[in-house]
Amino acid sequence: MNAFLSWIEARIPMMRVANMHAIQYPAPRNMNFWYVFGFLATIVLVNQIITGIWLTMNFVPTSEGAFASVEYIMREIDFGWIIRYMHSTGASAFFIVVYMHMFRGMIYGSYQKPRELLWVFGMFIYLALMAEAFMGYVLPWGQMSYWGAQVIVSLFSAIPVIGPDLVIWIQGDYVISGATLNRFFALHVIALPLVIVILVFLHIIALHEVGSNNPDGVAIKHQKGSLPESEKTPYKIHEYYTDKYDIADDVVPFFPHIVLKDLVAFCVFLFAFCYILFFAPEMGGKFLEHPNFEIANQLKTPEHIFPVWYFTPFYAILKAVPDKLFGVLAMFGAIAALFAMPWIDRGTVKSWRYRCGLHKVNLLLFAVVFIFLGYLGGTPQEAWKIIASQVCTVLYFGFFAALFLYSRNENTKPVPERIPR
Amino acid sequence: MSDVSVDANTSAPGPKGPQNNTRRRFLTVATSVVGGVGIAGAAVPFIASWNPSAKAKAAGADVEVDISAIEPGQLIRVMWRSKPVWIVRRTPQILESLSQHEDKLKDPGSEAQQQPGFAQNQYRSLKEEYLILVGICTHLGCSPQYLKGGAFEEVVQGVPDGFFCPCHGSKFDMAGRVFQSVPAPLNLVVPPYQFVDDVTVIIGSEAQEA
Repeated sequence: MNAFLSWIEARIPMMRVANMHAIQYPAPRNMNFWYVFGFLATIVLVNQIITGIWLTMNFVPTSEGAFASVEYIMREIDFGWIIRYMHSTGASAFFIVVYMHMFRGMIYGSYQKPRELLWVFGMFIYLALMAEAFMGYVLPWGQMSYWGAQVIVSLFSAIPVIGPDLVIWIQGDYVISGATLNRFFALHVIALPLVIVILVFLHIIALHEVGSNNPDGVAIKHQKGSLPESEKTPYKIHEYYTDKYDIADDVVPFFPHIVLKDLVAFCVFLFAFCYILFFAPEMGGKFLEHPNFEIANQLKTPEHIFPVWYFTPFYAILKAVPDKLFGVLAMFGAIAALFAMPWIDRGTVKSWRYRCGLHKVNLLLFAVVFIFLGYLGGTPQEAWKIIASQVCTVLYFGFFAALFLYSRNENTKPVPERIPR
Repeated sequence: MSDVSVDANTSAPGPKGPQNNTRRRFLTVATSVVGGVGIAGAAVPFIASWNPSAKAKAAGADVEVDISAIEPGQLIRVMWRSKPVWIVRRTPQILESLSQHEDKLKDPGSEAQQQPGFAQNQYRSLKEEYLILVGICTHLGCSPQYLKGGAFEEVVQGVPDGFFCPCHGSKFDMAGRVFQSVPAPLNLVVPPYQFVDDVTVIIGSEAQEA
């Protein structure tokens, strides 16, 4: 067996990669529950890929056949319903864990130098994920699929001069049609998953190059030769890291310590996931909206139309601005602002534990505003909601503006040299 | 971690004090077993979904055929699970001839399980008069031709009726038994079937033993 393994190792560096990126990867010992969402996102990605492959086996990507083929999967294929619900519940679960993962990055300053590119790769994953989810939602060709696609694609018509022609080009027709469905199918099952997997790979490589942040924002890698032997970690850490740095006694190997912690989180996640899967797969119309149980009708818009819950914060921003072009700009600007986080925050202290009180208030307010925008964008129009959306939109962008201003000369607490025990 | 109890199973201390290896091994195995069961359970839907769907099963359901209008010597074809099934009403002469060329057959006694138990006889049928076969050659899946009234003599001397496969020249007699020196290895398949009454046959299921 050992001879076989070394035969393999001499030809492809399996163990070297496993040691470098898992078994001997130095993970800060104070990683808390916020650090499980990256792992969970990977699990959900695998779930989406596997269930997606299985759904493709019976889905018919035509405007005539799509709706019926989904019903066929639900009713006639053995266990087809569970595979589809795993996929649809997985889509919402993906956004839940990704939003938690992003907020973790924000409170602990994981986007700050030297992790800017890591954050940007993550944001690209988020962007690709939104495109992937949107196109996936069009595929069952229900009422919400159709009219959701209609609204989202029409956003591009706000672009001056080329807008209207661009919309026709995206649709491949003068309306959303079978041609649109077909190309969305191709993008949804091949192009975007490929992009997401590659981006996830880059995200992890970038993470392991700069090293994991932690709730205290304390560096675990120290300049070579700066630590006495007694303060270095007793664990076996891969030479890739120890050759360049002194690794403090603040780390544990990723495997098994962090992996086991992540597996516990995975079990808890499974309880919630399976509960929704078996008892509330539509989640009261939030995960699968009720108008989507009716086949697409080009002549009749559903009474209330809104995107699935994970897009509603941005949808509320779109609706809050009483101008087509500026509404679209504000919506995309809301995502662009997140991209720019590493440069908007001019502070050098990472974790909110050691930053000023205003920063903590600002972060919590941002989270509340984001959730409230989600509520406003996902419920029927009412007069007061427009005002509320406008206030929240200002607060949303206000978060970034305030951060930019106070982070320059922030009154921070002293950050410890080493992770506190 | 230092409060882990120390007993006879305790081995060399780890980086942070003594460790109980027996307990560790138990937890590792228990966790792995539970995880393995979980993975096996999660695999069930994915494997089972490759089975024929309810629609395919409905399409493959039993077929009821009215055989009252078949003339002696006539062959009719019906579709069962998208396959041609022949029903031939054999004349007394044909039935008589079955025993006359058994020396030329590969498996005259139908030893190979190519038929339900009720058809393991010289006639390979439930009722002598009616021959019911899946009309697909056991060589490579072509559907043989029915040559009757002496037309089969050109293929096999002294045998007036039979089935001849145009693809690779396999030959079968009027009980679907394969002749020697042809590519097909086995007799034609007899599907499960039952008679509801004298003129109605159901293809796809056998009568339950009383």
